[in-house]
Amino acid sequence: MTYDNNTITYSYFPGCSLATTAKENNRSMLSFCRQHSVSLVELKDWNCCGSSSAHSIDSELAHHLPARNLALAPPDRPILVACPSCYLRLKSTHMDIAADPDAQKEFGRMWGREFNPDLQIINFFDMLARVADTGAFEKNKESLNGLRFAPYYGCMLMRPPKMRREPTFSGLMEKVLSSLGADPVQWAHKARCCGTFLSVSRPLVSARSVKTIMDGAEKAGAECIVTACAMCHLNLEIRSQPGKIPVLHFSELLSLAGGIGQGRGWFRRHLIDPRPLLRSRRLIA
Amino acid sequence: MMDAAVKINQPVIRPDVDNRGFTQRVISRSRVNTGLCWQCKCCSSGCPFSDAMDYLPNQVIRMVQLGMKKEVLSCSAIWLCVGCHTCSMECPTAIDMAAVMDALRQTAIEEKFVIAEPDILNFHKEVVNSIYRYGRTHKLEIMLRYKLTTRRFLADMDVGLRMFSKRKLDLRPSKVHHIASVRRMFGQQRGARP
Repeated sequence: MTYDNNTITYSYFPGCSLATTAKENNRSMLSFCRQHSVSLVELKDWNCCGSSSAHSIDSELAHHLPARNLALAPPDRPILVACPSCYLRLKSTHMDIAADPDAQKEFGRMWGREFNPDLQIINFFDMLARVADTGAFEKNKESLNGLRFAPYYGCMLMRPPKMRREPTFSGLMEKVLSSLGADPVQWAHKARCCGTFLSVSRPLVSARSVKTIMDGAEKAGAECIVTACAMCHLNLEIRSQPGKIPVLHFSELLSLAGGIGQGRGWFRRHLIDPRPLLRSRRLIA
Repeated sequence: MMDAAVKINQPVIRPDVDNRGFTQRVISRSRVNTGLCWQCKCCSSGCPFSDAMDYLPNQVIRMVQLGMKKEVLSCSAIWLCVGCHTCSMECPTAIDMAAVMDALRQTAIEEKFVIAEPDILNFHKEVVNSIYRYGRTHKLEIMLRYKLTTRRFLADMDVGLRMFSKRKLDLRPSKVHHIASVRRMFGQQRGARP
């Protein structure tokens, strides 16, 4: 299979966060894809991947929820998963079923179609690496005006042992955004977990982790943090102390560098207003 | 050099014969050989939430190895683990800690142990309930129902209002059209069923 983005169409799996709390992430990702001729068709009638909660209390359910999405996917299109956490659930379920003939039979019984072992499941970073390889970012070299950012991957860089051969794309944010004229800082917490659901059920525990992350980025001289995951983004915003540096979705900066996004209202939706910073760097009017 | 392929399936620790039943059940449920752990503590050093846990991740594994069922199923660490996999990346024997934690939580629910972190379990239940109702998570309803069960109505009110004012909490859920195909995934006998 070739990865010419002019011809390939992906099944798009937005996931619950991008469909609701992080619409600005979703919209900026979609406009980025449009700009680079990546054709996306939303996976019809997709369901929640189960998130952290399903596997915590019911492994069987946590197995079936992603499996339904796999069953819905047209066989000839890779699934592009927007959220790193949904990606992990979909991909690991696909690996589990592929390795187990009994699970494949169960899949067939449950969903009335054969399991497709060749179905490709791709995360946003994977697609982005392919776009970067085409040299698409060369023409926007100075567009981010030296914005100093702390790249934050969260636990996206962490995998269960069975997935350790899968690429993590560590460093891709730095590579792409610096080729677009932004300036990454070196810091210690780019892979520190934001706390996911502890932000709701044990807010103080989550706030401690968020404080470590936010303080670390500031100390390293960053003007903003750039996240790869919508849930990390929300947790960093709601659990940080007032007066902290803004947190931007990776997709927002990509779109901004491509000359879209200035007037689209994404930045109004942030809890820590990034507009003063973006104005001072002459990135928005 | 030792031949890793030969050694890797040999348990380093052999649990107490009287309690082997529990250890074996955790191993078969999680499909993780906890006997491979030699207590190097790399997992606990990497864990971002170990400071909030009553037992460190390596101690949880140790309790499984030794068959300390009551202690391990009633500890808070198994609930504070969010499954970020940082520990597994550090682990020299590639123990899938998140899978072990899942097995322990589910065993604790099934065997009706007193749950050390009831709020965390309530939150998980509300998320799963939401998936049962809509096929997707409806965050506003999850938060409101979670507040009803924990009865701390004022906690985080400011966060909720800020999110609401930025339209991050939709009033209406995003729904799966063919909801019956979602609901039949929910087992009758499991603790997750609403």
